[in-house]
Amino acid sequence: MIRSTLFVSVAAAAVAGIATPRQLEAQSVTAVSWGGSYGRAVHMGVNLPFTQETDVRVIVEDYNGGLAQIRAQVEAGNIQWDVVDLEIADMARGCDEGLLEPVDISKLPPGPDGVPAVDDFVADAHAECGVGQLFWSTVYAYNTQTLESDEQPATMADFFDLERFPGRRGMRRVPQVNLEFALIADGVPTDEVYATLGTPEGLDRAFAKLSSIKDQVVWWEAGAQPPQMLADGEVVMSTAYNGRIFNAQVLEGQPFKIVWDGQMLDIGVLGIVAGTPRLDEALRYLAFATTAESQARIGNRISYSPARRSGTAMIGRHVLTGLEMAPHMPATPENTKNSLRFDWRWWADHQDELNERFSAWLAR
Amino acid sequence: MSHQSRERRRAVGLALPLLLFIVVTFVAPLAAMLVRSIHDPAVVDALPETISALEGWDGQGLPPEEAFAAMARELVDARADRSLGKVASALNRVQGGLRSVVSRSARSLEGVSEGPWREAMAGVHEAWSDPTTWHAVLAAGQRFTLRHYLGALDMRRLPDGSLARQPEDRRIYLPLLWRTLAVSASIAVICLVLGYPLAHLIAISPPGRANLLLALVLVPFWTSLLVRTTAWIVLLQRQGVVNDLLAAIGLVGEDGRLALIYNMTGTVVAMTHVLLPFMVLPLYSVMHGIPPQYMRAASSLGARPAQAFARVYWPLTLPGVGAGTLLVFILAIGYYITPALVGGSSGQLISNMVAYHMQTSLNWGLAAALGGIMLAGVLALYVLYDRLVGVERLGLG
Amino acid sequence: MGPSAFARLLRPGQLGRAAYVAYCVAVLIFLFAPILVIVPLSFNAEPYFTFTEGMLRLDPEAYSLRWYREIVENEVWRRSLVNSLIIGVSATVLATALGTLAALGLASPAMPARRFVTGLLISPMITPVIISATGMFFFYSRIGLGQTYLGLILAHATLGIPFVVITVTAALAGYDRNLNRAAASLGASPFAVVRRVQLPLIAPGVISGALFAFATSFDEVVVVLFMAGVEQRTIPRQMWAGIREQISPAILAVATFLVVFAVLLLAVVAWLRKRGGG
Repeated sequence: MIRSTLFVSVAAAAVAGIATPRQLEAQSVTAVSWGGSYGRAVHMGVNLPFTQETDVRVIVEDYNGGLAQIRAQVEAGNIQWDVVDLEIADMARGCDEGLLEPVDISKLPPGPDGVPAVDDFVADAHAECGVGQLFWSTVYAYNTQTLESDEQPATMADFFDLERFPGRRGMRRVPQVNLEFALIADGVPTDEVYATLGTPEGLDRAFAKLSSIKDQVVWWEAGAQPPQMLADGEVVMSTAYNGRIFNAQVLEGQPFKIVWDGQMLDIGVLGIVAGTPRLDEALRYLAFATTAESQARIGNRISYSPARRSGTAMIGRHVLTGLEMAPHMPATPENTKNSLRFDWRWWADHQDELNERFSAWLAR
Repeated sequence: MSHQSRERRRAVGLALPLLLFIVVTFVAPLAAMLVRSIHDPAVVDALPETISALEGWDGQGLPPEEAFAAMARELVDARADRSLGKVASALNRVQGGLRSVVSRSARSLEGVSEGPWREAMAGVHEAWSDPTTWHAVLAAGQRFTLRHYLGALDMRRLPDGSLARQPEDRRIYLPLLWRTLAVSASIAVICLVLGYPLAHLIAISPPGRANLLLALVLVPFWTSLLVRTTAWIVLLQRQGVVNDLLAAIGLVGEDGRLALIYNMTGTVVAMTHVLLPFMVLPLYSVMHGIPPQYMRAASSLGARPAQAFARVYWPLTLPGVGAGTLLVFILAIGYYITPALVGGSSGQLISNMVAYHMQTSLNWGLAAALGGIMLAGVLALYVLYDRLVGVERLGLG
Repeated sequence: MGPSAFARLLRPGQLGRAAYVAYCVAVLIFLFAPILVIVPLSFNAEPYFTFTEGMLRLDPEAYSLRWYREIVENEVWRRSLVNSLIIGVSATVLATALGTLAALGLASPAMPARRFVTGLLISPMITPVIISATGMFFFYSRIGLGQTYLGLILAHATLGIPFVVITVTAALAGYDRNLNRAAASLGASPFAVVRRVQLPLIAPGVISGALFAFATSFDEVVVVLFMAGVEQRTIPRQMWAGIREQISPAILAVATFLVVFAVLLLAVVAWLRKRGGG
């Protein structure tokens, strides 16, 4: 009898112990980012220096975008994530839904030249619940060794040209970006892309263009996949985040080439999950991570352009290889000649129906 | 009498803790899901007066002024307490484009303090002069609604209240449901074709060898599902073992490597592999119990082997065939992991849509409705299985 | 050995029999192929998922333990192992205790509504996990168990319970109920009957049920995907992330470890069955 009573009390104590949510460690912050080579750049460029300076431990977590986990945590009232690296469309939606804390940009530190934060960030790089971190771009890249063609692909139209450039293509399994690329390839000028997509005929046109290569497309989901698929010979060309391709080029010596024509620029923002018990640490982390120095430390490791003007000035050579970074940056003028800025407001409205249509199209 | 009732109390007392446990940890969650599939209070909670004003509307032309006034006021309030996003999401799902109408209107209306509201709102956004917008608000404002189920069946309600199918390019779930059933049935049949001879071989082998063969079936059965799925990726991918082998012996060229995975082929191969033991084990346990004398008797009476098989052996194994086939079919319908990892875009099943709406689109009502439909189907099959086989005889090896 | 109906069906004589055996061997290879591939490839010295020429030549240079070193040294994998064990062991204890008691009750002829209750207790096994996970996500979040160890333990116990109920019920099928009456007539209380008489006799069934329950939890990923927080990542969850993004051969090393684990579990269950005489 004594034995079983003892057992019951030990079990009860154990259950009580594990039922408590994560102990609120005062001196830690969970920073959620996109993993892979980008995640490593953030870790080296932001997390480690932050811990060194503030003694606050950074718990790193990877995800593939979206608001689902944040919403689950907020609804459950059990916040585990503190600072999240978000796509701006998700940030806007999360802000509307009360999932993110408002962030006052005027409280952020000024640039090294003393310019207040509000003026240091480029236009449209911050909003009520998020602060711009880096510009990244969806481009397409090809493997110079597996592509069987005498010519070099140079335009977005070439990505859709199976006759001149035969071989499988990699694309992200979402309607975003792909529909825009299809229209650009079909001859729509970049500044008319969203207006065209807004009409039923324009949408049909975009889907028709996608259909023309559909049976050659291999769909990817995580940013780490395109470089791998290109390297494996699974595809000869793939849309990809430019930094991932850059990393494969310079660190793994992969024979990849980026085509900047028609590139889709977007900005990554940092947001804070509403109701986090570690709000102070989260704010400190966010302020630290969005300084020009932090942005440049990331930008000198992986080719994403700082959202602060003062950060752009600090972009120099690649930390590991000494390569000049500017030509590889998405926001460098030579690379933005024919480019498009992702219109997250348009997508906020059309995402639901286009996701359905895209799924139906994929399944057909 | 008293002994019986004591015995009865004892039996119930033993089973009761688990029964209560299952009710809390399993039945209640399923109930919560079903509630979620018909209960959607986001809009009516945020816009209560608008919805009640719209309920008095005859549906012709534009709604009364009071609906406009209530909407203007409640949108601003919703923005202030940050529930606007949920309203915007819910409305946008009923009619694409309303998300920005709502967010933009709420922002602009903050500066407007007096009516007439119909004109004020028309000035903020033209969508408010369109009756279909108001029909959408009313539809989304139903606290209890079947619209998630309609959505899950590729249907929608027109403003006049009649039902219509979705336009063809937006029909997803019904085709996927049929596909899931067809794929599950095919897998059950393939498992039967592969498993029946194997189970028979094990049943007629001497005990030592039978145990060895059984172990060969059971090791994969006990091995982690993720491990087996990983293995199929390694085997079947374009640069994988099977393609390497085919290329090495010259069956396919380097360019002609076969797409064996990230499509329906991958889903079917991997799922067949995972589910095959569920077929072999019940077949084996039935075959094991068939005395070999039966077949000998049949042939000594002059039956040819094919006859003996068709007339004697096969009928005796039917319970195992039924149990295995039905079990594989039921399990296949709910598969999620394998299609998600090896199905690519063409090898997805209905479960993947539930996961998609849970985790990516956040349309939890629709996910719950899809889940409700699946649950009803599986429960019906489960009852059938219980009638035919008995649930306590679920084969585990 | 009994005559093989199949062999004779295909074609009389040796040829038919050979074809039949060859077919069965092919099916067995299909069943076993994944394991045959994963284990050697996990020792690949190169970061590929295919056999290198060196491996085929059995060149020792082509084999290495680097991927094993990688997972052993990786804090994330270590942590997920600890989580898997915490959740798996707790869920198993819960499922086994409750499931065994319930099976004892269900075995009694006096149990009312037995068929319905059995069906209910076994239903978590047949319900698609995605549906259970969806419901649990909604319900557990609402009662504050979302993203907690306790929530996951309860969920995994629920998924493991059918296995315990089934195996213990099977073990009880061979149990002579006269023993109960005999014990009672000697003055044993109902619970003493269970503890002193029934439990020892059905112990093999209970233990194999427990192993099933543990294996279920140890391999479960859907509920974990829906409900686990950052701190509760388990091994399957970690593998899932790895497979979706980039299969490093380190995944194969983990997989090999799980194969060995499966073989061990199977051996224990087989041994128990022999002991239980069933």
